[in-house]
Amino acid sequence: MVLRVWVVLILLFLFIPILLIFFYAFNTSNIQSWPIPGLTAKWFGATWADENVRAALVVSLQAGLTATVIALVLGSCAAFAIHRTAFFGREVISLLFVLPLALPGIITGIALNAFFSFNGISLSLLTIVVGHTTFCIVVVYNNVLARLRRTQGSLLEAAMDLGANGFQAFRDITLPLISTAVVAGGMLAFALSFDEVIVTTFTAGSQSTLPIWIYGQIRHGVLLPEVNVVVSFVILITVIPVVIAARLTGGGGIARVPAAR
Amino acid sequence: MSSVETVRRPRPKGGGAAGAQSLFWRVSWLRPLVLLTPPVGWFVVIYLAALVTLLITAFWTIDPFTTQIVQSWNLDNFRIIITDSTYWSIIGRTVGIATLVTATDAVLAFPFAYFMARVATRRVQTLLFAAVLLPLWASYLARVYAWILILNHSGVLNWSLQSIGLPPANIGYTNTAMWLVFSYIWLPFMIIPVYAALERVPESLMEASADLGARRWQTLRDVVLPLAAPGVVAGSIFTFSLTLGDYITPILVGGASSTFIGNVVYANVGIANNIPFAAALSMVPLGIMAVYLFIAYRLGAFEAL
Repeated sequence: MVLRVWVVLILLFLFIPILLIFFYAFNTSNIQSWPIPGLTAKWFGATWADENVRAALVVSLQAGLTATVIALVLGSCAAFAIHRTAFFGREVISLLFVLPLALPGIITGIALNAFFSFNGISLSLLTIVVGHTTFCIVVVYNNVLARLRRTQGSLLEAAMDLGANGFQAFRDITLPLISTAVVAGGMLAFALSFDEVIVTTFTAGSQSTLPIWIYGQIRHGVLLPEVNVVVSFVILITVIPVVIAARLTGGGGIARVPAAR
Repeated sequence: MSSVETVRRPRPKGGGAAGAQSLFWRVSWLRPLVLLTPPVGWFVVIYLAALVTLLITAFWTIDPFTTQIVQSWNLDNFRIIITDSTYWSIIGRTVGIATLVTATDAVLAFPFAYFMARVATRRVQTLLFAAVLLPLWASYLARVYAWILILNHSGVLNWSLQSIGLPPANIGYTNTAMWLVFSYIWLPFMIIPVYAALERVPESLMEASADLGARRWQTLRDVVLPLAAPGVVAGSIFTFSLTLGDYITPILVGGASSTFIGNVVYANVGIANNIPFAAALSMVPLGIMAVYLFIAYRLGAFEAL
Protein backbone atom coordinates (compact mmCIF):
# COMPACT_ATOMS: atom_id res chain seq x y z
CA MET A 1 0.00 0.00 0.00
CA VAL A 2 2.73 2.43 1.01
CA LEU A 3 4.60 1.32 -2.09
CA ARG A 4 1.64 2.18 -4.32
CA VAL A 5 1.29 5.64 -2.82
CA TRP A 6 4.99 6.16 -3.39
CA VAL A 7 4.69 5.14 -7.04
CA VAL A 8 1.77 7.53 -7.59
CA LEU A 9 3.65 10.38 -5.91
CA ILE A 10 6.72 9.82 -8.08
CA LEU A 11 4.56 9.74 -11.20
CA LEU A 12 2.94 13.05 -10.20
CA PHE A 13 6.39 14.46 -9.49
CA LEU A 14 7.56 13.38 -12.95
CA PHE A 15 4.58 14.59 -14.93
CA ILE A 16 3.06 17.66 -13.28
CA PRO A 17 5.91 19.99 -14.33
CA ILE A 18 5.72 18.80 -17.93
CA LEU A 19 1.94 19.13 -18.14
CA LEU A 20 2.17 22.56 -16.56
CA ILE A 21 4.20 23.88 -19.48
CA PHE A 22 1.45 22.96 -21.92
CA PHE A 23 -1.00 24.98 -19.81
CA TYR A 24 1.29 27.98 -19.81
CA ALA A 25 1.56 27.82 -23.61
CA PHE A 26 -2.13 28.85 -23.68
CA ASN A 27 -1.75 31.57 -21.04
CA THR A 28 -3.60 34.78 -21.97
CA SER A 29 -1.32 36.90 -19.79
CA ASN A 30 2.30 37.54 -20.63
CA ILE A 31 3.10 37.32 -16.93
CA GLN A 32 3.93 33.76 -15.94
CA SER A 33 2.08 33.33 -12.67
CA TRP A 34 -0.29 30.68 -11.37
CA PRO A 35 -3.20 30.29 -11.78
CA ILE A 36 -3.23 31.49 -15.38
CA PRO A 37 -6.08 33.97 -15.98
CA GLY A 38 -7.41 32.39 -19.17
CA LEU A 39 -6.70 30.31 -22.24
CA THR A 40 -5.71 31.57 -25.67
CA ALA A 41 -3.92 30.25 -28.74
CA LYS A 42 -2.58 33.65 -29.79
CA TRP A 43 1.05 32.92 -28.80
CA PHE A 44 1.31 30.11 -31.33
CA GLY A 45 0.92 32.52 -34.23
CA ALA A 46 3.17 35.10 -32.61
CA THR A 47 5.89 32.49 -32.10
CA TRP A 48 5.69 31.22 -35.64
CA ALA A 49 5.96 34.82 -36.89
CA ASP A 50 9.18 35.34 -34.93
CA GLU A 51 12.04 35.13 -37.42
CA ASN A 52 14.59 34.26 -34.75
CA VAL A 53 12.56 31.23 -33.70
CA ARG A 54 12.23 30.07 -37.29
CA ALA A 55 15.94 30.56 -37.96
CA ALA A 56 16.82 28.60 -34.81
CA LEU A 57 14.41 25.83 -35.84
CA VAL A 58 16.12 25.58 -39.23
CA VAL A 59 19.57 25.34 -37.61
CA SER A 60 18.29 22.68 -35.19
CA LEU A 61 16.76 20.63 -37.99
CA GLN A 62 19.88 20.90 -40.16
CA ALA A 63 22.19 19.98 -37.30
CA GLY A 64 19.91 17.19 -36.05
CA LEU A 65 19.31 15.57 -39.43
CA THR A 66 22.94 15.75 -40.55
CA ALA A 67 24.26 14.45 -37.24
CA THR A 68 21.67 11.65 -37.31
CA VAL A 69 22.65 10.53 -40.82
CA ILE A 70 26.37 10.47 -40.03
CA ALA A 71 25.74 8.75 -36.69
CA LEU A 72 23.57 6.15 -38.45
CA VAL A 73 26.35 5.27 -40.87
CA LEU A 74 29.17 5.26 -38.32
CA GLY A 75 27.18 3.60 -35.51
CA SER A 76 25.83 0.82 -37.75
CA CYS A 77 29.29 0.18 -39.23
CA ALA A 78 30.76 -0.20 -35.78
CA ALA A 79 27.95 -2.50 -34.59
CA PHE A 80 28.42 -4.75 -37.64
CA ALA A 81 32.15 -4.91 -37.19
CA ILE A 82 31.89 -5.76 -33.52
CA HIS A 83 28.97 -8.11 -33.17
CA ARG A 84 30.49 -11.40 -34.14
CA THR A 85 34.11 -10.60 -33.77
CA ALA A 86 35.39 -11.57 -30.39
CA PHE A 87 38.49 -9.48 -30.11
CA PHE A 88 40.21 -7.66 -27.30
CA GLY A 89 39.26 -4.16 -28.40
CA ARG A 90 35.53 -4.75 -28.21
CA GLU A 91 34.94 -3.39 -24.73
CA VAL A 92 37.39 -0.57 -25.32
CA ILE A 93 35.37 0.51 -28.35
CA SER A 94 32.07 0.38 -26.48
CA LEU A 95 33.59 2.47 -23.69
CA LEU A 96 35.04 4.93 -26.20
CA PHE A 97 31.66 5.47 -27.84
CA VAL A 98 29.81 6.07 -24.57
CA LEU A 99 32.44 8.48 -23.27
CA PRO A 100 30.96 11.70 -24.76
CA LEU A 101 27.75 10.97 -22.85
CA ALA A 102 29.22 9.42 -19.71
CA LEU A 103 31.67 12.24 -19.10
CA PRO A 104 30.27 15.50 -17.72
CA GLY A 105 28.81 17.66 -20.50
CA ILE A 106 31.23 20.52 -20.01
CA ILE A 107 34.18 18.15 -20.61
CA THR A 108 32.98 17.18 -24.08
CA GLY A 109 32.09 20.80 -24.74
CA ILE A 110 35.34 22.40 -23.64
CA ALA A 111 37.43 19.61 -25.23
CA LEU A 112 35.81 20.16 -28.63
CA ASN A 113 36.05 23.92 -28.20
CA ALA A 114 39.76 23.74 -27.38
CA PHE A 115 40.27 21.34 -30.29
CA PHE A 116 38.56 23.59 -32.83
CA SER A 117 40.29 26.67 -31.52
CA PHE A 118 43.69 24.92 -31.56
CA ASN A 119 43.20 23.87 -35.18
CA GLY A 120 41.98 27.28 -36.25
CA ILE A 121 38.51 25.96 -37.13
CA SER A 122 35.92 28.71 -36.60
CA LEU A 123 32.68 27.68 -34.94
CA SER A 124 29.79 27.14 -37.34
CA LEU A 125 26.95 24.78 -38.17
CA LEU A 126 29.62 22.26 -39.11
CA THR A 127 31.18 22.26 -35.64
CA ILE A 128 27.72 21.84 -34.07
CA VAL A 129 27.19 18.80 -36.31
CA VAL A 130 30.58 17.33 -35.36
CA GLY A 131 29.75 17.68 -31.67
CA HIS A 132 26.27 16.21 -32.02
CA THR A 133 27.45 13.30 -34.16
CA THR A 134 30.08 12.42 -31.57
CA PHE A 135 27.52 11.85 -28.82
CA CYS A 136 24.83 10.40 -31.12
CA ILE A 137 26.92 7.52 -32.48
CA VAL A 138 26.57 5.47 -29.31
CA VAL A 139 22.76 5.55 -29.45
CA VAL A 140 22.71 4.00 -32.92
CA TYR A 141 25.55 1.63 -32.06
CA ASN A 142 23.80 0.32 -28.93
CA ASN A 143 20.51 -0.24 -30.70
CA VAL A 144 21.90 -1.99 -33.76
CA LEU A 145 24.34 -4.07 -31.71
CA ALA A 146 21.57 -5.24 -29.38
CA ARG A 147 19.46 -6.33 -32.34
CA LEU A 148 22.34 -8.08 -34.08
CA ARG A 149 23.04 -10.03 -30.90
CA ARG A 150 19.46 -11.23 -30.74
CA THR A 151 19.44 -12.16 -34.42
CA GLN A 152 20.07 -15.85 -34.87
CA GLY A 153 23.25 -16.72 -36.71
CA SER A 154 21.57 -19.86 -38.00
CA LEU A 155 19.38 -17.80 -40.36
CA LEU A 156 22.45 -16.37 -41.99
CA GLU A 157 24.09 -19.78 -42.20
CA ALA A 158 20.97 -21.23 -43.78
CA ALA A 159 21.05 -18.50 -46.43
CA MET A 160 24.70 -19.16 -47.11
CA ASP A 161 24.11 -22.93 -47.32
CA LEU A 162 21.38 -22.26 -49.86
CA GLY A 163 23.97 -20.52 -51.98
CA ALA A 164 23.65 -16.86 -51.07
CA ASN A 165 26.90 -14.96 -51.02
CA GLY A 166 27.82 -12.63 -48.21
CA PHE A 167 26.23 -9.59 -49.79
CA GLN A 168 22.99 -11.40 -50.67
CA ALA A 169 22.68 -12.82 -47.18
CA PHE A 170 23.22 -9.35 -45.76
CA ARG A 171 20.68 -7.74 -48.06
CA ASP A 172 17.95 -10.37 -47.76
CA ILE A 173 18.38 -11.64 -44.21
CA THR A 174 20.32 -9.28 -41.96
CA LEU A 175 19.07 -5.95 -43.28
CA PRO A 176 15.33 -6.69 -42.90
CA LEU A 177 15.97 -8.06 -39.41
CA ILE A 178 17.82 -5.00 -38.19
CA SER A 179 16.08 -2.26 -40.15
CA THR A 180 13.72 -1.27 -37.34
CA ALA A 181 16.62 -1.12 -34.89
CA VAL A 182 18.48 1.19 -37.28
CA VAL A 183 15.43 3.44 -37.63
CA ALA A 184 14.91 3.43 -33.86
CA GLY A 185 18.54 4.37 -33.34
CA GLY A 186 18.16 7.22 -35.79
CA MET A 187 15.02 8.49 -34.04
CA LEU A 188 16.75 8.53 -30.68
CA ALA A 189 19.85 10.17 -32.12
CA PHE A 190 17.69 12.92 -33.58
CA ALA A 191 15.83 13.43 -30.30
CA LEU A 192 19.14 13.65 -28.48
CA SER A 193 20.55 16.18 -30.93
CA PHE A 194 17.41 18.30 -31.09
CA ASP A 195 17.47 18.87 -27.33
CA GLU A 196 21.19 19.18 -26.58
CA VAL A 197 22.33 22.47 -25.10
CA ILE A 198 25.53 22.17 -23.04
CA VAL A 199 27.90 20.82 -25.70
CA THR A 200 26.20 23.03 -28.29
CA THR A 201 26.96 26.24 -26.39
CA PHE A 202 30.66 25.34 -26.69
CA THR A 203 30.54 24.40 -30.38
CA ALA A 204 28.10 26.93 -31.86
CA GLY A 205 29.32 30.17 -33.34
CA SER A 206 26.89 32.97 -34.00
CA GLN A 207 24.00 30.70 -34.96
CA SER A 208 21.41 29.55 -32.43
CA THR A 209 19.81 26.16 -32.24
CA LEU A 210 16.33 26.04 -30.74
CA PRO A 211 17.62 25.03 -27.27
CA ILE A 212 20.15 27.88 -27.36
CA TRP A 213 17.39 30.32 -28.27
CA ILE A 214 15.23 29.00 -25.41
CA TYR A 215 18.14 29.21 -22.97
CA GLY A 216 18.86 32.81 -23.97
CA GLN A 217 15.26 33.92 -23.51
CA ILE A 218 14.79 32.17 -20.15
CA ARG A 219 18.07 33.56 -18.91
CA HIS A 220 17.10 37.10 -19.70
CA GLY A 221 13.48 36.56 -18.78
CA VAL A 222 12.18 37.87 -22.07
CA LEU A 223 9.63 36.60 -24.62
CA LEU A 224 8.44 34.01 -22.10
CA PRO A 225 5.04 33.52 -23.80
CA GLU A 226 6.97 32.44 -26.91
CA VAL A 227 9.26 30.30 -24.78
CA ASN A 228 6.19 28.44 -23.45
CA VAL A 229 5.15 27.59 -27.00
CA VAL A 230 8.62 26.64 -28.24
CA VAL A 231 9.31 24.52 -25.19
CA SER A 232 6.02 22.63 -25.60
CA PHE A 233 6.96 22.06 -29.23
CA VAL A 234 10.43 20.78 -28.32
CA ILE A 235 8.91 18.35 -25.79
CA LEU A 236 6.71 16.91 -28.52
CA ILE A 237 9.53 16.75 -31.06
CA THR A 238 11.79 14.90 -28.65
CA VAL A 239 9.09 12.57 -27.30
CA ILE A 240 7.45 11.54 -30.58
CA PRO A 241 10.58 9.94 -32.11
CA VAL A 242 11.16 8.14 -28.82
CA VAL A 243 7.64 6.72 -28.82
CA ILE A 244 8.15 5.54 -32.41
CA ALA A 245 11.51 4.04 -31.47
CA ALA A 246 9.91 2.24 -28.53
CA ARG A 247 7.24 0.75 -30.80
CA LEU A 248 9.82 -0.35 -33.36
CA THR A 249 11.93 -2.14 -30.82
CA GLY A 250 9.08 -3.47 -28.71
CA GLY A 251 10.12 -1.26 -25.82
CA GLY A 252 13.39 -3.12 -25.40
CA GLY A 253 15.27 -0.74 -27.64
CA ILE A 254 14.92 2.33 -25.50
CA ALA A 255 15.45 0.32 -22.34
CA ARG A 256 19.13 0.23 -23.06
CA VAL A 257 19.35 3.73 -24.39
CA PRO A 258 18.79 5.76 -21.22
CA ALA A 259 21.98 4.30 -19.91
CA ALA A 260 23.64 5.61 -23.01
CA ARG A 261 22.10 9.00 -22.90
CA MET B 1 48.80 -14.33 -47.51
CA SER B 2 48.35 -18.05 -47.00
CA SER B 3 47.48 -17.56 -43.35
CA VAL B 4 44.48 -15.44 -44.24
CA GLU B 5 41.34 -17.26 -43.29
CA THR B 6 38.94 -17.11 -46.17
CA VAL B 7 35.39 -18.24 -45.73
CA ARG B 8 34.72 -20.96 -48.25
CA ARG B 9 31.16 -21.02 -49.39
CA PRO B 10 29.41 -22.60 -52.34
CA ARG B 11 29.90 -20.51 -55.47
CA PRO B 12 27.25 -17.80 -55.47
CA LYS B 13 24.89 -18.17 -58.37
CA GLY B 14 24.84 -15.10 -60.51
CA GLY B 15 26.21 -12.96 -57.70
CA GLY B 16 28.24 -11.09 -60.26
CA ALA B 17 30.09 -9.21 -57.53
CA ALA B 18 33.10 -7.17 -58.44
CA GLY B 19 36.47 -8.45 -57.21
CA ALA B 20 36.85 -5.94 -54.40
CA GLN B 21 33.31 -6.46 -53.21
CA SER B 22 33.55 -10.22 -53.00
CA LEU B 23 36.86 -9.87 -51.20
CA PHE B 24 35.10 -7.66 -48.64
CA TRP B 25 32.51 -10.32 -47.87
CA ARG B 26 34.85 -13.29 -47.98
CA VAL B 27 37.97 -12.32 -46.11
CA SER B 28 36.97 -12.61 -42.47
CA TRP B 29 39.27 -9.96 -40.99
CA LEU B 30 38.83 -7.46 -43.77
CA ARG B 31 35.19 -6.75 -43.05
CA PRO B 32 35.54 -5.66 -39.41
CA LEU B 33 38.60 -3.65 -40.35
CA VAL B 34 36.89 -1.76 -43.17
CA LEU B 35 33.75 -1.25 -41.07
CA LEU B 36 35.56 -0.14 -37.94
CA THR B 37 37.91 2.35 -39.53
CA PRO B 38 35.38 5.18 -40.12
CA PRO B 39 33.71 5.21 -36.66
CA VAL B 40 36.89 4.56 -34.69
CA GLY B 41 38.72 7.01 -36.92
CA TRP B 42 36.09 9.66 -36.12
CA PHE B 43 36.56 9.12 -32.42
CA VAL B 44 40.34 9.07 -32.54
CA VAL B 45 40.75 12.03 -34.89
CA ILE B 46 38.08 14.19 -33.27
CA TYR B 47 37.12 13.11 -29.77
CA LEU B 48 40.32 11.61 -28.40
CA ALA B 49 42.32 14.34 -30.13
CA ALA B 50 40.03 16.88 -28.47
CA LEU B 51 40.56 15.33 -25.04
CA VAL B 52 44.33 15.32 -25.61
CA THR B 53 44.18 18.95 -26.77
CA LEU B 54 42.28 19.76 -23.59
CA LEU B 55 44.91 18.05 -21.47
CA ILE B 56 47.77 19.85 -23.22
CA THR B 57 46.05 23.24 -23.23
CA ALA B 58 45.63 23.00 -19.46
CA PHE B 59 49.39 23.39 -19.13
CA TRP B 60 49.55 26.51 -21.28
CA THR B 61 48.64 30.06 -20.32
CA ILE B 62 47.41 33.18 -22.03
CA ASP B 63 49.21 36.45 -22.38
CA PRO B 64 47.25 38.79 -20.09
CA PHE B 65 47.61 41.70 -22.52
CA THR B 66 46.94 40.11 -25.88
CA THR B 67 44.80 37.18 -24.58
CA GLN B 68 46.71 35.01 -27.05
CA ILE B 69 47.58 31.49 -25.93
CA VAL B 70 51.21 31.13 -24.89
CA GLN B 71 52.36 27.60 -25.66
CA SER B 72 54.89 27.13 -22.89
CA TRP B 73 54.53 24.37 -20.35
CA ASN B 74 53.77 25.50 -16.84
CA LEU B 75 51.55 24.74 -13.87
CA ASP B 76 50.26 28.29 -13.34
CA ASN B 77 46.60 27.42 -13.96
CA PHE B 78 46.70 24.54 -11.48
CA ARG B 79 48.54 26.69 -8.96
CA ILE B 80 45.78 29.29 -9.13
CA ILE B 81 43.08 26.66 -8.70
CA ILE B 82 44.80 25.08 -5.71
CA THR B 83 45.75 28.28 -3.91
CA ASP B 84 42.55 30.27 -4.45
CA SER B 85 39.94 29.24 -1.92
CA THR B 86 37.16 30.50 -4.20
CA TYR B 87 37.76 27.53 -6.50
CA TRP B 88 37.81 25.14 -3.57
CA SER B 89 34.39 26.29 -2.49
CA ILE B 90 33.06 26.07 -6.06
CA ILE B 91 34.43 22.53 -6.44
CA GLY B 92 33.06 21.63 -3.00
CA ARG B 93 29.61 22.97 -3.87
CA THR B 94 29.51 21.15 -7.22
CA VAL B 95 30.61 17.81 -5.80
CA GLY B 96 28.44 18.25 -2.71
CA ILE B 97 25.27 18.94 -4.66
CA ALA B 98 26.05 16.16 -7.15
CA THR B 99 26.40 13.75 -4.21
CA LEU B 100 23.21 15.00 -2.59
CA VAL B 101 21.29 14.69 -5.86
CA THR B 102 22.58 11.16 -6.36
CA ALA B 103 21.56 10.12 -2.85
CA THR B 104 18.13 11.75 -3.24
CA ASP B 105 17.51 10.01 -6.54
CA ALA B 106 18.61 6.64 -5.15
CA VAL B 107 16.10 6.99 -2.29
CA LEU B 108 13.29 8.18 -4.57
CA ALA B 109 14.01 5.57 -7.24
CA PHE B 110 14.42 2.40 -5.20
CA PRO B 111 10.82 1.83 -4.00
CA PHE B 112 9.51 2.87 -7.42
CA ALA B 113 11.86 0.49 -9.24
CA TYR B 114 11.06 -2.25 -6.72
CA PHE B 115 7.36 -1.90 -7.42
CA MET B 116 8.00 -1.91 -11.16
CA ALA B 117 10.21 -4.98 -11.09
CA ARG B 118 8.62 -7.16 -8.41
CA VAL B 119 5.05 -6.12 -7.68
CA ALA B 120 3.49 -4.70 -10.84
CA THR B 121 1.76 -6.89 -13.41
CA ARG B 122 3.32 -7.15 -16.84
CA ARG B 123 0.93 -4.52 -18.21
CA VAL B 124 1.49 -2.01 -15.42
CA GLN B 125 5.19 -2.65 -15.71
CA THR B 126 5.19 -1.65 -19.38
CA LEU B 127 3.15 1.45 -18.63
CA LEU B 128 5.43 2.54 -15.81
CA PHE B 129 8.42 1.92 -17.99
CA ALA B 130 7.04 4.28 -20.61
CA ALA B 131 6.10 6.76 -17.87
CA VAL B 132 9.72 6.91 -16.72
CA LEU B 133 11.24 7.05 -20.18
CA LEU B 134 9.06 9.84 -21.55
CA PRO B 135 10.24 12.46 -19.04
CA LEU B 136 13.79 11.19 -19.52
CA TRP B 137 13.65 12.02 -23.19
CA ALA B 138 11.44 15.10 -22.95
CA SER B 139 13.53 18.21 -23.39
CA TYR B 140 16.03 19.02 -20.65
CA LEU B 141 15.53 22.78 -20.93
CA ALA B 142 11.76 22.36 -20.87
CA ARG B 143 11.95 20.51 -17.59
CA VAL B 144 14.26 23.07 -16.00
CA TYR B 145 12.00 25.84 -17.24
CA ALA B 146 8.95 24.13 -15.77
CA TRP B 147 10.53 24.43 -12.34
CA ILE B 148 11.21 28.12 -12.83
CA LEU B 149 7.47 28.49 -13.37
CA ILE B 150 6.71 26.35 -10.32
CA LEU B 151 9.19 27.91 -7.91
CA ASN B 152 8.91 31.58 -8.81
CA HIS B 153 7.32 33.98 -6.37
CA SER B 154 3.82 33.74 -7.85
CA GLY B 155 4.25 30.19 -9.10
CA VAL B 156 2.40 26.94 -8.49
CA LEU B 157 4.29 26.04 -5.33
CA ASN B 158 3.49 29.21 -3.41
CA TRP B 159 -0.07 29.17 -4.71
CA SER B 160 -0.53 25.59 -3.49
CA LEU B 161 1.00 26.35 -0.10
CA GLN B 162 -1.18 29.42 0.27
CA SER B 163 -4.35 27.56 -0.62
CA ILE B 164 -3.77 25.08 2.20
CA GLY B 165 -2.93 27.91 4.57
CA LEU B 166 0.84 27.60 4.72
CA PRO B 167 3.37 30.41 4.34
CA PRO B 168 5.10 30.78 0.92
CA ALA B 169 8.29 28.76 0.47
CA ASN B 170 10.25 31.13 -1.77
CA ILE B 171 13.00 28.66 -2.56
CA GLY B 172 13.41 29.96 -6.12
CA TYR B 173 16.98 30.92 -7.09
CA THR B 174 18.70 29.12 -4.20
CA ASN B 175 20.89 26.04 -3.80
CA THR B 176 17.79 24.24 -2.53
CA ALA B 177 16.10 24.92 -5.86
CA MET B 178 19.13 23.56 -7.66
CA TRP B 179 19.11 20.39 -5.60
CA LEU B 180 15.39 19.91 -6.24
CA VAL B 181 15.60 20.55 -9.98
CA PHE B 182 18.65 18.35 -10.51
CA SER B 183 17.00 15.53 -8.55
CA TYR B 184 13.93 15.92 -10.73
CA ILE B 185 15.72 15.97 -14.07
CA TRP B 186 18.00 13.00 -13.44
CA LEU B 187 15.56 10.77 -11.51
CA PRO B 188 14.66 8.59 -14.54
CA PHE B 189 18.36 7.90 -15.09
CA MET B 190 18.43 6.28 -11.65
CA ILE B 191 15.11 4.42 -11.90
CA ILE B 192 15.96 2.51 -15.10
CA PRO B 193 19.23 0.81 -14.01
CA VAL B 194 17.86 0.04 -10.53
CA TYR B 195 14.77 -1.49 -12.12
CA ALA B 196 16.95 -3.54 -14.48
CA ALA B 197 19.03 -4.83 -11.57
CA LEU B 198 15.96 -5.67 -9.45
CA GLU B 199 14.31 -7.49 -12.31
CA ARG B 200 17.30 -9.78 -12.60
CA VAL B 201 17.06 -10.92 -8.97
CA PRO B 202 15.79 -14.53 -9.23
CA GLU B 203 12.46 -15.20 -7.57
CA SER B 204 13.93 -18.44 -6.19
CA LEU B 205 16.44 -16.53 -4.09
CA MET B 206 13.68 -14.61 -2.39
CA GLU B 207 11.65 -17.75 -1.84
CA ALA B 208 14.71 -19.48 -0.42
CA SER B 209 15.22 -16.56 1.91
CA ALA B 210 11.60 -16.75 3.06
CA ASP B 211 11.79 -20.52 3.45
CA LEU B 212 14.80 -20.09 5.69
CA GLY B 213 12.67 -17.93 7.95
CA ALA B 214 13.70 -14.44 6.91
CA ARG B 215 11.09 -11.73 7.31
CA ARG B 216 10.31 -9.50 4.35
CA TRP B 217 12.54 -6.67 5.46
CA GLN B 218 15.34 -9.13 6.19
CA THR B 219 15.11 -10.52 2.66
CA LEU B 220 15.08 -6.97 1.39
CA ARG B 221 18.15 -6.03 3.36
CA ASP B 222 20.22 -9.19 2.92
CA VAL B 223 19.18 -10.43 -0.52
CA VAL B 224 17.58 -7.72 -2.63
CA LEU B 225 19.66 -4.70 -1.63
CA PRO B 226 23.09 -6.28 -2.25
CA LEU B 227 21.92 -7.59 -5.62
CA ALA B 228 20.45 -4.22 -6.60
CA ALA B 229 23.58 -2.33 -5.57
CA PRO B 230 25.29 -2.49 -8.99
CA GLY B 231 22.13 -0.96 -10.49
CA VAL B 232 22.24 1.90 -8.00
CA VAL B 233 25.92 2.47 -8.76
CA ALA B 234 25.19 2.38 -12.50
CA GLY B 235 22.44 4.97 -12.05
CA SER B 236 24.65 7.08 -9.85
CA ILE B 237 27.21 7.38 -12.66
CA PHE B 238 24.64 9.35 -14.61
CA THR B 239 23.06 11.38 -11.82
CA PHE B 240 26.51 12.30 -10.50
CA SER B 241 28.24 12.94 -13.82
CA LEU B 242 25.34 14.87 -15.32
CA THR B 243 25.13 17.14 -12.26
CA LEU B 244 28.89 17.56 -12.13
CA GLY B 245 29.03 18.69 -15.75
CA ASP B 246 26.05 21.02 -15.79
CA TYR B 247 26.16 24.79 -15.82
CA ILE B 248 22.77 25.66 -17.31
CA THR B 249 20.63 24.67 -14.32
CA PRO B 250 22.82 26.65 -11.84
CA ILE B 251 22.39 29.75 -14.01
CA LEU B 252 18.66 29.31 -14.52
CA VAL B 253 17.44 28.16 -11.10
CA GLY B 254 20.42 28.87 -8.84
CA GLY B 255 21.16 32.09 -7.00
CA ALA B 256 24.15 34.34 -6.41
CA SER B 257 26.07 31.65 -4.52
CA SER B 258 25.26 28.75 -6.84
CA THR B 259 28.30 28.86 -9.12
CA PHE B 260 29.32 25.43 -10.41
CA ILE B 261 32.62 24.28 -11.94
CA GLY B 262 30.88 24.41 -15.31
CA ASN B 263 29.98 28.08 -14.88
CA VAL B 264 33.60 29.05 -14.36
CA VAL B 265 34.68 26.87 -17.29
CA TYR B 266 32.08 28.43 -19.56
CA ALA B 267 32.84 31.96 -18.46
CA ASN B 268 36.52 31.40 -19.23
CA VAL B 269 35.74 30.13 -22.70
CA GLY B 270 33.28 32.85 -23.59
CA ILE B 271 33.88 36.12 -21.81
CA ALA B 272 37.44 35.89 -20.47
CA ASN B 273 38.63 33.86 -23.48
CA ASN B 274 41.07 31.97 -21.24
CA ILE B 275 40.78 28.48 -22.67
CA PRO B 276 43.91 27.18 -20.88
CA PHE B 277 42.44 28.03 -17.49
CA ALA B 278 39.05 26.56 -18.45
CA ALA B 279 40.86 23.40 -19.57
CA ALA B 280 42.79 23.16 -16.31
CA LEU B 281 39.66 23.60 -14.23
CA SER B 282 37.80 20.99 -16.28
CA MET B 283 40.49 18.49 -15.25
CA VAL B 284 38.82 18.49 -11.82
CA PRO B 285 35.48 16.91 -12.91
CA LEU B 286 37.39 14.77 -15.41
CA GLY B 287 39.62 13.42 -12.65
CA ILE B 288 36.68 12.89 -10.30
CA MET B 289 34.76 10.99 -13.00
CA ALA B 290 37.82 8.87 -13.85
CA VAL B 291 38.07 7.75 -10.22
CA TYR B 292 34.28 7.32 -10.01
CA LEU B 293 34.13 5.21 -13.18
CA PHE B 294 37.04 3.08 -11.97
CA ILE B 295 35.31 2.38 -8.65
CA ALA B 296 32.02 1.70 -10.45
CA TYR B 297 33.83 -0.70 -12.75
CA ARG B 298 35.31 -2.56 -9.79
CA LEU B 299 31.86 -2.77 -8.17
CA GLY B 300 30.53 -4.45 -11.30
CA ALA B 301 28.27 -1.57 -12.26
CA PHE B 302 29.20 -1.72 -15.94
CA GLU B 303 27.32 -4.98 -16.41
CA ALA B 304 24.28 -3.24 -14.95
CA LEU B 305 24.43 -0.39 -17.45
